Amino acid sequence: MTTIPLEHVLILASILFIIGFVGVIVRKNTLFMLMSLEVMLNAVGVAFIGAGSVWQAADGQVMFILILTLAAAEVAVGLALLVRMQHCFKSLDIDCLNQLKG
Amino acid sequence: MLLAVLPFYPLISFLLLILFKKRLSWAQASFLSVGAMFLCTLTSFILVFSLDSAPDNVISVHLWQWFTLGLSVPSASSATESAINFAFYLDALSAVMICVVSGVGFLIHFFAMIYMKDDENYSRFMAYMNLFIVAMLILVLADNLVLLYLGWEGVGLCSFLLIGFWYQEKENVLAARKAFIVTRVGDTAMAIGLFMLFNSLGSLNIQELSSLATMQWSIESEQAYWICLMLLGGAVGKSAQLPLQTWLPDAMAGPTPVSALIHAATMVTAGVYLIARMNALFSLSPEVMNYVAWVGGSTLLLAGFAALAQSDIKRILAYSTMSQIGYMMLGLGAGAWSASIFHLMTHAFFKALLFLTAGAVIYALHHQQNIFKMGGMAKKLPFETSLFAIGLLCLMAIPGTSGFFSKEAIIGELWSSSTAGAALWWCAIFGALITSIYSCRLFFLVFLGNTRFTGAIESSQSKRLKGALITLAVLSLIGGFIALDFNTIFNSSVIAWSDSGQEPSWLHTVAIATPFVGILISWLYFKVYRVALPEEVARLAEKSETHFIIRFCRNGLGFDWLYSNVIVTPFTFIAKLNKRDVVDQILMGTAWYVTLWRDVLSASQNGLIRWYAAGFAFGLVVIVGAWLL
Repeated sequence: MTTIPLEHVLILASILFIIGFVGVIVRKNTLFMLMSLEVMLNAVGVAFIGAGSVWQAADGQVMFILILTLAAAEVAVGLALLVRMQHCFKSLDIDCLNQLKG
Repeated sequence: MLLAVLPFYPLISFLLLILFKKRLSWAQASFLSVGAMFLCTLTSFILVFSLDSAPDNVISVHLWQWFTLGLSVPSASSATESAINFAFYLDALSAVMICVVSGVGFLIHFFAMIYMKDDENYSRFMAYMNLFIVAMLILVLADNLVLLYLGWEGVGLCSFLLIGFWYQEKENVLAARKAFIVTRVGDTAMAIGLFMLFNSLGSLNIQELSSLATMQWSIESEQAYWICLMLLGGAVGKSAQLPLQTWLPDAMAGPTPVSALIHAATMVTAGVYLIARMNALFSLSPEVMNYVAWVGGSTLLLAGFAALAQSDIKRILAYSTMSQIGYMMLGLGAGAWSASIFHLMTHAFFKALLFLTAGAVIYALHHQQNIFKMGGMAKKLPFETSLFAIGLLCLMAIPGTSGFFSKEAIIGELWSSSTAGAALWWCAIFGALITSIYSCRLFFLVFLGNTRFTGAIESSQSKRLKGALITLAVLSLIGGFIALDFNTIFNSSVIAWSDSGQEPSWLHTVAIATPFVGILISWLYFKVYRVALPEEVARLAEKSETHFIIRFCRNGLGFDWLYSNVIVTPFTFIAKLNKRDVVDQILMGTAWYVTLWRDVLSASQNGLIRWYAAGFAFGLVVIVGAWLL
C-alpha cells in the first residue's frame, strides 16, 4: 500500500478550502453559497482524515463524523432559511439581506 | 428691622417695572419708581435719626447666611470656616452714604420722571435706575467685603446698562462697553485683593478685618502693602482716577439723569467709600496712602486741564467730577478721612444740581450740548442760570457754600499730613485755581454774551422739575452746615497724622483767595466770551480746534490715544493673527480623527454578508501570518 504524504493531503485540503471560500465570497445566490460551505467543510474533513491516517489515530475519523453531523444540521437550517428567504424576497440574492448595515 | 427692608423698596419696584415694561403707563411707572425712592429716603432718615440712640451708634441686621468659606491656611488655626452673611451694617459712615444715595437719588428720580417722560422705554429706564439704587445700597450697607463686591458689580452693571440706554446709536454702545471693560480692570485687582485678604486673615467681615489687621500686622508690613494696593486698584477703576479714568467722559453718552446719579453723585464715589471703609487697613500702609494722595493729586490736575479745553457741557462736568473725586482721594491719602467723606456728600449735592440744571438747559435747547453754540442764556433761562451759578459757586468753593467747607477741610489737612505734604498742597491749590477758571469759562460761554443758539428755546415749566432742582440748590448751599461725626469710625488710625507746629500762617489765606484769583483771571482772559459777537466766538472755537495743546487737552491729555495704541491695537492685532484659534484647531483635529474612524468603521458595517466573510478571511490571514512570522 502506497502511503500518501501528509503534505499532499494538506495541499488538497487547502485547495478545496480556498475553492469553497472563493465560492462563498463571489456567488450571490445563497444556494450556491451553502454548497460552497459544504466544500469548505469537506476540505477540513479531508485534512482530519489525512492527519489521522498518518498518525494512525482514530481521532481524525471521529472528527470527520462530527463534521458530517454538523454539516447535516447546517444544511437543514440553511435550507429552511432559504425557503423563508424565497418566500419573503422572491429571490435568493444574498445581498437582499443587508438590513443590518451600520 | 427697618434697615433690612431698605434695599427692598427699589428692588420690588424694579421687578414690577421690568416685568410689566410698556404695559405700565407713565403715571404708574413713575408712581412705582419714585414712590419706592420716596419710601427709601424716608426710611433712611428715620434710620439716621435712630442711629444716635442705638448702642455704640451702630445698627446691624442679619438677613440670612449666604455661604461659608473654608480655610486652608495653617496660620489662622482658630477659625476653620468663615460665614459670608447677607447682613447690613449701619454706622455714621454708611449713614451718610445712604442719605446721599437715597436722598439725592430720590431727587434725581423725580427729575428723571419729567426729563424722560417722552422716551418710549421709560419704564425700562426707571427700572434700571431703581436697580442701581438697590446695588448702591447693598454696596454701602454691606457688613462684609463679598456683599460689598456684589453691590460693586451691581452698580457697574447698571452703569453699563444706562450708558448704553439709547442703544440704537453705536457711539453710546461703545461708550458703555468702554466703561464696563475699563472698570473691570480695577474690579479684577479688587477681587485679587479680597482673595489675599481672606488668605491671610481668614475673614471678610469688615469689622473683624479691621481689628484683626491692626492686631496681626505691624505698620508697613508687606501684606498690608499689597492688599491695600489691590484695593486701591479697585477704587481707582470705579472712581475714574488715573490711570483708569478714560471711561468717565465717554460715559456722558447716557441720559443726563444717569450722568447726575451714577457718574457724579453716587457710583463714582464708591471707590472713596471703599478706602474710607477700609481705613484701618490703609493706615497700616503709609506708602499706599501716599500713592492714594498722588493718584488724587495728579488726577485732579489732569482732569482740570482737560475740562479747560472741552466744548461739550456734559464732558466739562464729567472732568470736573473726576477732579473733585481727585480731591477726595487726596484727602483720603492724607488721612483726612472725615473731610473726604464730607466732600463726597457736598459734591453729591452740587454736582447733581449742576448736571440736572445742565440737563434742563440741554432740554430747552433741543439736545444741543456744544457750549460754543449756546451763549446768553442768562436772559432766556434766568431760573436755570441762577441754579447753575449756585452749583458753580459750590464747585469753586466760594466761602459760605458747602463746597467751601468740605474742600477747605481737605486742603487744610494736606500740608502737615505725613503722607501728603507741601507738594500735594500746592497741587490742590493749583487744582482749585483751574477749577474756578474752567467754571467761569463754562458760565461765560453758556450764560453770558450774545445768544448763538438759533432755534426756539423751550424751557420746561414743570413745577416738579423745578422743585427737585431748588431742593438740590438749597442742599448745596447749606450742606456745609450738616455736622458729621465720624470720631467713632476713624479713631483707629495708628499713625499720628499731623506733625503740627510747622504750618505757615498764610496757608488758609491762600486757599481761600485762590478761587477769587481764578475768577479774576478768567474775567480778564475770557473777555471775548462775555462781550464778543457770535461770529467772533465761532472763529475762536474753530481756531481752538486746530491748536495742538488745546486738542491735546481736549482728548484727555492723550490717555485714550496711549491706551488705544499700547493696549487695544496690539490686542486686536494678536486676536486677528489668532483668528482661527490655535487651541481650537487642536481640538478640532482630534474631532476630525475620531470622525474619520467613525466613517471607516460604519462603512464596514454595510450589511453585506459576503463582505463580512471576506473580512473574516482577511483577519484569519493576518492572525496566522503574524503567528507564523
